[in-house]
Amino acid sequence: MTFKTSVELLAFHNVAYTIYAMLIISVIAWFAYNLTRPQKAKAIVRIPFYTYIGFLVAMGVGHHIFTYNTIPWVSEDIMRHNIKPDKTFDIKIANHKFEMPGKMEIKKGEKVLFNAHSSDLVYGFGLFRQDGTLVSQMQVNPGSKNDLLWTFNECGEFDVRSTEYAGPEGNNMFVKKAVIVTGCDKGGKS
Amino acid sequence: MSVMSGTNFDASKLTALQKVTLRAVVMSFLFYGLASIEGTLMRMALINPSLPPIEGHAAHYFSIMTVHPIIGIFGSTYQLVFAAFMFLIPYLTKKPLYSVGVANFVWIMITLGSALAWIAAFVWSYAPLYTLYWPLPADTEQFKVIGGIVFIVGVALIMVGTLAFIYNIYATIFAKVGIHANKTTKELLISGFGIDGMLNLINKLRGKPPYTKEPALSLPVVAIFRGTVDTFLDALVILGAGILVLVYLIADASGLSWNVHAIDALLYKNFFWWGLDLVADGLVLIYVAGSWYLLATLITGEKLFMENVARAALLLELFVSWMVWSHHLLADQGQPEMMKLISGEMVTAFELLTQGLALFITLMTLWKARPLKMTFPLKYLLGGLLGFGLAVPAAIIQADMGMNRILHNTQWIIGAHVHIALLTGLYMTLYSVVYVLWPLVTNDTKLYSTKLANAHYWLHLIGSIGMGAFMGMAGLEGMLRRHFYMDGEFRTFMILAGISAIMMVTAWVLFMINIIMSVGIKGLIGIFLPAKDDTATFGIEPQPSVVAQQKA
Repeated sequence: MTFKTSVELLAFHNVAYTIYAMLIISVIAWFAYNLTRPQKAKAIVRIPFYTYIGFLVAMGVGHHIFTYNTIPWVSEDIMRHNIKPDKTFDIKIANHKFEMPGKMEIKKGEKVLFNAHSSDLVYGFGLFRQDGTLVSQMQVNPGSKNDLLWTFNECGEFDVRSTEYAGPEGNNMFVKKAVIVTGCDKGGKS
Repeated sequence: MSVMSGTNFDASKLTALQKVTLRAVVMSFLFYGLASIEGTLMRMALINPSLPPIEGHAAHYFSIMTVHPIIGIFGSTYQLVFAAFMFLIPYLTKKPLYSVGVANFVWIMITLGSALAWIAAFVWSYAPLYTLYWPLPADTEQFKVIGGIVFIVGVALIMVGTLAFIYNIYATIFAKVGIHANKTTKELLISGFGIDGMLNLINKLRGKPPYTKEPALSLPVVAIFRGTVDTFLDALVILGAGILVLVYLIADASGLSWNVHAIDALLYKNFFWWGLDLVADGLVLIYVAGSWYLLATLITGEKLFMENVARAALLLELFVSWMVWSHHLLADQGQPEMMKLISGEMVTAFELLTQGLALFITLMTLWKARPLKMTFPLKYLLGGLLGFGLAVPAAIIQADMGMNRILHNTQWIIGAHVHIALLTGLYMTLYSVVYVLWPLVTNDTKLYSTKLANAHYWLHLIGSIGMGAFMGMAGLEGMLRRHFYMDGEFRTFMILAGISAIMMVTAWVLFMINIIMSVGIKGLIGIFLPAKDDTATFGIEPQPSVVAQQKA
């Protein structure tokens, strides 16, 4: 099981968390109802204390192991200093404006390094699809290295927007269709 | 019964301790109303940006966004929590509060400070947001120096009030009077940090007798003691950041042009988040766990289930809360990977364990005492447990290097996690505390209407979960949390979140009507008049009256 894009991951996350939310609401509602009944409720399932603790630990740690193995950008991000990118784009940010290296054209599957540099405030660098969904992002701190290594597993045109607040003027930091990814089958996304 | 005189409330019979508690509670709920209205204005602006008073002005929108958490967290939550604890510590330890004068100083400082911060944003549109990411708060090209100075002085006053609260709490706990007359400072410290609970557990595993059968401090006092350590550290960090900003602003006003990049933005972010996170992951979770334990024991009249485990868990949270701040920096590429992995992911995951334990212990304490009457304290407590049951797993999900890449700074974070944690989890718990303490601090004043109280409960519960959920859904579709969308993006979710926000404002109005009709306008004024009775302790009796009412 691997999530190729953020859309697939967020769809899975949406379903999983909704199921969990419904479950915890039901458990508390069931608990509240039975708390007031004079006759003792029959336990649906008996969970020993140490099993519950083990479950919490397994969920806390297992969640990260699951994402490491199913989300491709996790290991890529951790190991990015040892990976040679296919393309590198330097982006300068100052006075609430992006300075891009023209149109950033990429082939699907290429490893691309976005190197962002801020000379004044803390900004964000976010890549968005045309429907507004988020592809990826990073914070852009002045005086620090801000390098995002990304492999596009989808084709299309992507907007760039600052994902961090840098004063009211930063609200207009938006570059339409700054990134173009090609190389997919005709009419298909992948 | 009238709006002037209330039900049977008599402010002239209140002690100094009761009055100082009620003064802070009144201010807290006024600030809550302000934060609630501010939040609703922002929600309305995201449905239709041209609506007044924001009328499409980004500067105005972000000014509101800057003061909204200051008013909500400090003006309201801090006031309410501090008021409750300065009443509860004398009540639980059966000792007088160290100083009622200091308690008065606390609510006045926090009220003044919150008001100043609000004025700075309202009058001068000072809007660096609560995150104060360096060098934005010192950016005098975007913001007026006077606005910045007034804002920082306001926040500093809040922190001075906070330090006074901490002093009052520890001075009361360590006072060698009453039941602690023969206790040493060492015994109180060991108990305060939950070390006795840990030693009891270790001795049990080794087959030895318990370290202590009767701990020096009761469990809720231990939680307050422990949470206050984080409150202290957090106050120092916020004061430190405030002084830094103030120095730069004053230098600018003096005509000096200091290089803001002399301060490393990422290092500052680490320092600031370390302190700020102590509010969320230290102070809130520990204070909340302590409040749950107290409420569960007061509601049931029984001992807490697995008390030694609860004490040890509070000790564990001591280390956990100090080492989790990096989960706020998972999208910062300059942050070392090991810090992201250890602090941001692994240690943060322990909060699922500590909060899960608190949830389990509270539920089990209630379950063992059933059947119980579904009174307001119990009803709100269950709402609070549900709130954290929803919000804590949401936090663990986003504190992950894979998920954070696509969730950071989206409406998911502020909706599904923060607002559900605060509005459903924390406030429902606090309302439970309010209803438990109501007969104690008002001398058994009759509540005006249970129908209004019920309407408040359901409107707040459904509104808070609804707003968090719809904001979260918008976040999953890419909506950012610190962006003013003006072209109708995500409108369906924003309409639904807006309706939920209006439900919560309505809930607050109903709650205030109920309280004002109970204490009356005269009573409300009377709370702020000097107390004739300077008693600084409360009800040294075997059990509070609420316990008797609770048992079916």
